[in-house]
Amino acid sequence: MEKTYYNPEDLKKFGNISEFQPELAKKFFDWYGAVFEEGALTKREKSLIALAVAHAIQCPYCIDAYTSDSLEKGADEEQMMEAIHVAGAIRGGASLVHGVQMMNKAKDLMM
Amino acid sequence: MTKSLKAKGHDLADSFIQLEVLNKKQVKDEAFEKFENKLDGINLFPLKPTGIEIFQINVGKMCNQVCKHCHVDAGPDRKEIMTRETMQLCLDAMDHPVITTVDLTGGAPEMNPDFRWFVEEIKKRGKHIIVRCNLTIILANKKYHDLPEFFKKHQIEVVSSLPYYSASRTDNQRGDGVFEKSIKALQMLNDVGYGREGSGLTLNLVYNPSGAFLPGDQQSLEADFKRQLKRKYGIEFNMLFAITNMPISRFLEYLIESGNYESYMEKLIEAFNPGAAEGVMCRNTLSIGWDGYIYDCDFNQMLELKVQKNCGQHLKDFDAEKLLDRNIILNQHCYGCTAGSGSSCGGTTA
Repeated sequence: MEKTYYNPEDLKKFGNISEFQPELAKKFFDWYGAVFEEGALTKREKSLIALAVAHAIQCPYCIDAYTSDSLEKGADEEQMMEAIHVAGAIRGGASLVHGVQMMNKAKDLMM
Repeated sequence: MTKSLKAKGHDLADSFIQLEVLNKKQVKDEAFEKFENKLDGINLFPLKPTGIEIFQINVGKMCNQVCKHCHVDAGPDRKEIMTRETMQLCLDAMDHPVITTVDLTGGAPEMNPDFRWFVEEIKKRGKHIIVRCNLTIILANKKYHDLPEFFKKHQIEVVSSLPYYSASRTDNQRGDGVFEKSIKALQMLNDVGYGREGSGLTLNLVYNPSGAFLPGDQQSLEADFKRQLKRKYGIEFNMLFAITNMPISRFLEYLIESGNYESYMEKLIEAFNPGAAEGVMCRNTLSIGWDGYIYDCDFNQMLELKVQKNCGQHLKDFDAEKLLDRNIILNQHCYGCTAGSGSSCGGTTA
């Protein structure tokens, strides 16, 4: 399949969402910018969280963007992979913790 | 050890080809916006000097390392080094009072056989001296082991590259085993007082990204480097300069080979910062080549873009007044100095 739903070139056009609804886009981008400013968490910590979340929600644009951003903020490869393991652990754990619900239901149904 | 582009006979060893790539259609169908148009847009064109505070002298392309990003294309196979006669021309020129700092670079400047003589002569003239020391040279041969003491004796400011505080990233860029030797050399510099509080001996480090991305916040990186180097190796230093990789020479080769050239240039252009442009280093620096030719910066030197004609392009015709009024030569690689917080041999400029 040559064409896919995701085009890396579209990442650069993110700002264009304002074309169809400028007021809400402005609010979003202002807020987005403020979120990633240095605060109680450093810019690097925020970038690593974003990288982990990008993997949890499996957004290819976000993965590209926050891989570059994490490198630029001085994170190393080990830190970046550990962040993704955190995302993976939460995803895996989220499935497995529902095992308790399955067990409860199974015990209700079984003699 | 890998070879220089020149030794490999690579097309990009030719500065003309590099400029073709940066300006024409070799890689991209349409050229990127001209750097001088960008400057014109903020009323900085033609770009004029603000002074000639720093004399940056490239004493030769010979080096014991072959770093992947090297803009000089330096290496053990490069034989171009400055002669004592040309050094004498530098000394005559730097007698001009506007020049307060002499920044010695290479290659590994210490490999020039007249390096120590040159330093002593510059010192006699009361100039502040910076040596861009690659660290591993201190351990490369017994004759260099006393360099920390030599630097101390002449109160030289040492500026050294350390792309990261981990071995893998440093060695990927600078060669196998470079990190370990660099750590040892930094400890030797610390041992004589460099980087230690109250010693008056300055040791600054240079961070540059190990790939096709821009450097992050200099202050935050500096805090990180200080914490990690102290914690792991007991190393102390003064400042960290975050430098952007210039899209020329070996780094240009890497960008093209890895398919990152276009996106890297786009990144540099998108990050153009007028504040950084105001403070570019070519406005208060002159760069001198191993053969005595004069350039606006070390990058222009490697692209063989000499200072404006009629301003004295060689030290033999050195004329500070004419040079102070010159138009600085610009090209597409200049975007590297104006991106984000800006980049210079002394770190950010914005």
